[in-house]
Amino acid sequence: MPKINSSAELEALRKDVLSSRDPLKPCIAVCTGSGCLALGAANLVTALREEIAEQGVESRIDIRETGCPGFCERGPLIVVYPDETCYLKVQPSDAKEVVQSVLEKTVIDRLLYVDPATGERLVHEMDIPFYKNQQRLLIGNNIKLDPTSIEDYLAVGGYAALEKVACRMKPEEVVALVKESGLRGRGGGGFPSGSKWEFTRNSPDPVKYVIVNADEGDPGAFMDRALLEGSPHAVLEGLIIGAYAIGAHHGYLYVRQEYPLAVENITLAIKKAEEYGFIGKNILGSGFDFEVEVAQGAGAFVCGEETALIRSLEGKAGEPKPRPPFPAVRGLWDKPTNINNVETWANIPLIINNGAAAFASIGTAGSKGTKIFSLVGKVKNTGLVEVPMGITLRDIVYKIGGGIPGDKKFKAVQTGGPAGGCMPESLLDMEVDFDQLTKAGSMMGSGGMIVLDEETCMVDFARFFLAFLADESCGKCVPCREGIQQMLTIVTDITQGKGREGDLDLLAQLTEVSGASLCALGKGAPNPVLSTMKHFRDEYEAHIAGRCPSFSCKELIAFYIDPDKCQACTSCARKCPATAIEGGKNQIHVVDQAKCTKCGSCLEACPPRFGAVKRISGEPLPPPLPKDARTVARGSK
Amino acid sequence: MSEIVLQIDGQEVTVQEGATILEAAQSLGIEIPTLCHHHKLEPYGGCRVCSVEVESRGRASVVAACLYPAEDGLVVTTKTEKLSRIRKSLVEMMMAHAPDSEPLLALAKEYGADKDRFKRNQSFCIHCGLCVRYCSEVKKKHALGFIDRGAKKRICFIPEIASKECWKCKECFPLCPTSALQASFVLTKSLTFGGEGEE
Ligand SMILES: Cc1cc2nc3c(=O)[nH]c(=O)nc-3n(C[C@H](O)[C@H](O)[C@H](O)COP(=O)(O)O)c2cc1C
Ligand code: SF4
Ligand code: FES
Ligand code: FES
Repeated sequence: MPKINSSAELEALRKDVLSSRDPLKPCIAVCTGSGCLALGAANLVTALREEIAEQGVESRIDIRETGCPGFCERGPLIVVYPDETCYLKVQPSDAKEVVQSVLEKTVIDRLLYVDPATGERLVHEMDIPFYKNQQRLLIGNNIKLDPTSIEDYLAVGGYAALEKVACRMKPEEVVALVKESGLRGRGGGGFPSGSKWEFTRNSPDPVKYVIVNADEGDPGAFMDRALLEGSPHAVLEGLIIGAYAIGAHHGYLYVRQEYPLAVENITLAIKKAEEYGFIGKNILGSGFDFEVEVAQGAGAFVCGEETALIRSLEGKAGEPKPRPPFPAVRGLWDKPTNINNVETWANIPLIINNGAAAFASIGTAGSKGTKIFSLVGKVKNTGLVEVPMGITLRDIVYKIGGGIPGDKKFKAVQTGGPAGGCMPESLLDMEVDFDQLTKAGSMMGSGGMIVLDEETCMVDFARFFLAFLADESCGKCVPCREGIQQMLTIVTDITQGKGREGDLDLLAQLTEVSGASLCALGKGAPNPVLSTMKHFRDEYEAHIAGRCPSFSCKELIAFYIDPDKCQACTSCARKCPATAIEGGKNQIHVVDQAKCTKCGSCLEACPPRFGAVKRISGEPLPPPLPKDARTVARGSK
Repeated sequence: MSEIVLQIDGQEVTVQEGATILEAAQSLGIEIPTLCHHHKLEPYGGCRVCSVEVESRGRASVVAACLYPAEDGLVVTTKTEKLSRIRKSLVEMMMAHAPDSEPLLALAKEYGADKDRFKRNQSFCIHCGLCVRYCSEVKKKHALGFIDRGAKKRICFIPEIASKECWKCKECFPLCPTSALQASFVLTKSLTFGGEGEE
């Protein structure tokens, strides 16, 4: 492919790409994102290709392997074009029927989404409530793109934003546009991106760098992975535009170690972009030069913190550095450096193409555009969701997430990653907005969202994040290294029934010390504790009094078989891995508390119509029936 | 180099650009406690007992005086109840490691810290990094370093270098605020250097 040297050549190329494509030709788009791959998408692709070959219809059906559209839980997922028919949980054994239906223009009912509310089968992606209530400006393209194909990206208007910027805008104008859009960083802090670009641009040193932060360390989060795997050119285009605006000629993508497919796709995207002349010397004839390199993360959570990331890129230990100086003034190799999150960069082409006003028309006064969340936990529909800022938490949990599975009750939703916070039912109508979330004691973070139901113990949940942070602290400064450890010890004691009067005051004092930490990891570490203590203080107090209200802290609960309800069916005794259940045929079963490991197998094994197994917490355990009183009294038979 | 005017505990002070809050305070004779700071070494920011409150462009925060660069118009407060509570807790956390450390005992006295507030931790090290930094910055030998992270972070002599360099130097021993570094070295020596380099 010869290099593109001008706006005109780019438009000619785009015309070529589009004219070589027949929009009416059937195409089966198969998600081969990491989620669907784990569910066997690769075999599905093979089966579909074989079926197409067998029927000799290669010329009549295309196959496209795409990135993740978000509904991973129902994968492997396919969308058949041009009708955009969406099939879920598709197996290789379905390949024949799928190909047949594409040729015959029919729909396979059994692979469609069934609306649980109405029982109706929904044909198109956009009819499914999970998608319908989203606004997918960024990940919506994923299913339309083969991430390894730059032509696919050009076909959906790719690199038009770069052309507009490099050929027709001054760098200052680009910075002004991004400022005007109100875009704020998606990596956690929510700093206004345009202002950050301006600081870096205005730093006197002529050598500057731009960095994509793709270290994505929050447990369970995969927004950035989906973007890099599914739409690498969009991230790249944003980065090149940013480099132009800031005046940087060298960029880095720092990608989390555990993301091999993301590294592969972005590396290929860079190579293609170089071939076409979107990266390299004299980009699109504008005179602007730019190079990009991919670096793999060092594997520690704290390396996602910008100054630690920069040190890690320099080949040093990934420890945060004090700010100021900020990277915009002295960053990589002591040069002015602008670092943004993957999703932040991915928004840039959108802002350039549609204008700052269009972007700013979405969202709240202080938070513009959309945000991608990784919705997990106790909701019916889990996956990646992209929503307009300003949507309520309730809409995300209930309209998109479909509510809580089973007939369990909602308890809280956690956002902001390990240093985020939990919001109770009473805050569900809060709007998703940087400042609102912070005010509620949580934060936007990079987009983790965990829904908790009544069975989650909030004290144990706080303990989980403290334990994560204690391991992931870089260990340099005392308030973080020692402070988190001390908070963890106290909270762990509380979950183990060793809590004492005064522990909550001590915890509150320790949270104050965290403020003296060097970086935001240490400073944010008390948030899980603070927010749960604020909204669920009764749970802490209950634990100190010896009771776990959610029946989840093992040291505070016991499993007990109600002798009046036990029918001696022996189900529980057979399932108990610790052989802690005494009983036999016609014998009322009894849990030997000394042997019980509190795994809960008996509770699950007991047939619901008997419901004899109970969890007890904070109350005295009734004494076991004497051995000679255990024969089951059966009704007259 | 331009001059910078800031305010510390209500007093105005002029310093050269690049000076830290700690240096500015010292020029006024205002004392800020330090522990991991050493005049021969680059500021580090580990112990945080030098924490002070600053207000800059309407935002208040707690920062380390030994590191934070003086800025024009910065308003610094070095003594507040909040800072005393923070320093007290920091000292108590470090005393869980090194209850007999002299500098810590002195700070404990000043801030009313209770050395038994937290459960005793078997590792003596408070991670001030003085030994590690002195060896690399002043002696340029890099004979010891930190390994691992979080609560598992610890100092470690690098046997290949330590066996050649340490026995004739030992200049880091007196820097250690816990006076336990020497014990650690002796232990490392006996375990890894064999008879080599014996005095
Ligand atoms: C402990 C810690 C971990 C972080 N991890 C990430 C991360 O994985 N990805 C990310 O984009 N930002 C992360 N950040 C935020 C970055 O420091 C930085 O604010 C961000 O990359 C700036 O980009 P933005 O302005 O586009 O959000 C982390 C911050 C802290 C304190
Ligand atoms: S706050 Fe934690 S992660 Fe940040 S520098 Fe201090 S010890 Fe390291
Ligand atoms: S990976 Fe296929 S839908 Fe997410
Ligand atoms: S003296 Fe400033 S952090 Fe230790």
